[in-house]
Amino acid sequence: MDKIQLGEFIKSIARDVEIKEGKQYLEVTVTPSILYQLARQLREKEETHFDYLFCLTGVDYGVDLGVIYHLRSTIYDHVVVLKTRTSDRGNPLLDSVADIWQTADFHEREVYDLLGIKFNNHPDLRRLFLDNSWGFPLRKDYVDDINIVTK
Amino acid sequence: MEEKEIIPVPDEQQEYVINMGPQHPSTHGVLRLLVSLKGEMVKNIQPHVGYIHSGIEKMCESMTYTQIIHLTDRMDYISAHINNEAVCLNVEKALEVDIPDRVKVIRTIMSELTRLQSHQLWWACFGMDLGGLTCFFYGLRDREKILDIFEETCGGRMIVSYNCPGGLMYDIHPNFQKRVKDFIKYFRKILPEYDQLLTGNVIFHERTKGIGKLTKEDAISFGVTGPTGRASGFSCDIRKHEPYSAYDRVQFKEILFTEGDTFHRYVARIEEMWESMNIIEQLIDNIPEGQFAVKMKPVIKLPEGEYYQRVETARGELGVFVISDGNKNPFRVKFRSPNFSNLSVLNHIAKGFKIADLVAIGGSLDLIIPDIDR
Repeated sequence: MDKIQLGEFIKSIARDVEIKEGKQYLEVTVTPSILYQLARQLREKEETHFDYLFCLTGVDYGVDLGVIYHLRSTIYDHVVVLKTRTSDRGNPLLDSVADIWQTADFHEREVYDLLGIKFNNHPDLRRLFLDNSWGFPLRKDYVDDINIVTK
Repeated sequence: MEEKEIIPVPDEQQEYVINMGPQHPSTHGVLRLLVSLKGEMVKNIQPHVGYIHSGIEKMCESMTYTQIIHLTDRMDYISAHINNEAVCLNVEKALEVDIPDRVKVIRTIMSELTRLQSHQLWWACFGMDLGGLTCFFYGLRDREKILDIFEETCGGRMIVSYNCPGGLMYDIHPNFQKRVKDFIKYFRKILPEYDQLLTGNVIFHERTKGIGKLTKEDAISFGVTGPTGRASGFSCDIRKHEPYSAYDRVQFKEILFTEGDTFHRYVARIEEMWESMNIIEQLIDNIPEGQFAVKMKPVIKLPEGEYYQRVETARGELGVFVISDGNKNPFRVKFRSPNFSNLSVLNHIAKGFKIADLVAIGGSLDLIIPDIDR
């Protein structure tokens, strides 16, 4: 499916989605509550068959924390970008997609480690690179007293 | 005399946990595997990473796009050139810069040379992991010849930093074409020797065939790419699917197998070396004349938006995801590194095999640890 067809299709299976035709890929912004359902449908529906999660990125937007999922279908070669964000910085909580794509297991651990976003139903949510004495370095308000990175 | 009663040890107490690494020679870097064993059988593996986590993604946020390129060398230092290329392509795509043909062709040749030397090093180490020490000498001897070519043109041997946004740092050395051609001629004769030394070896077959099987569905689900994924039948060659640089003008095969065991991961890489040589031969005599770089602004600012560029490194799919807010520094950079996903499958495929097989399986994944930790 091309971008327009994909957008139409996603509109037909989910409500409350914001669809934007990005420069490269179709970008779909959803609320955290429907993310898991939509992801599962995109994976399982014959028409879309997004079986390959090729990138999972955690982003700190300054106020909100968000996660971006890049999905590709190995049969149809189409790509969609799912985005979700939460404004709860104290206890950000999203649904894990690790049971849909197994690669999400490690990627979500990385996001938890560096940004502090927790994932519901994750099989093994532990820090990956750093130990507990660190904060969450990829957050924009992270202050590093020792090293020279001051942004 | 009263007979002593033998109390059987319950199953769950028979398991014991050992550390493999972080300084184990077969983990090829500082990777620690927490291996649960029952006898000799592997029950569970927990990879512990982060020993050389250097915060590259965080550093990128306070650096300019030209500076970021030099950080990417340090991720997967065996395919440094291809990492550089990924960032450059992303910047060029965002700015919609037209790159001269000459640059595209030279980049492709350099990428394939990088792939060749990476596979040579992998072959050398893989042979050594399995007890064939000769492989190490053969592999490194031939790799040195490519590094010499790099040194002459780029100045660096492994960490080349030859790309810059808009083209290349400098033009190729006058000897470049001749030396590459000489090398291909030499290596076409040598590569069958690799086969004689290791591929046909009976002990090698025993230790690799049917070991660590990975199905196509699992390869896709775990995001396992590169020769490892293609040995399982997952068609994931970015050079074919989304051709960049000069890959759309060369003929080459995507090496695919369906078996997905350690042996076929090995064969896939050997076959890829032949394909890389084919690609180089098609291009080396046809490097177009022209500029080696287009002039870019001294301070590069990407327009606001999100940019994703995928390239095929020697180990799989590298994705560079840049979110720009219009400033000279990126707002967020994410490197989707191939080794990170490839490592995550290790527990899945090595479970149920012997601990000696774990060395073979780990070797066949071709892990580079700084790329995992970033």
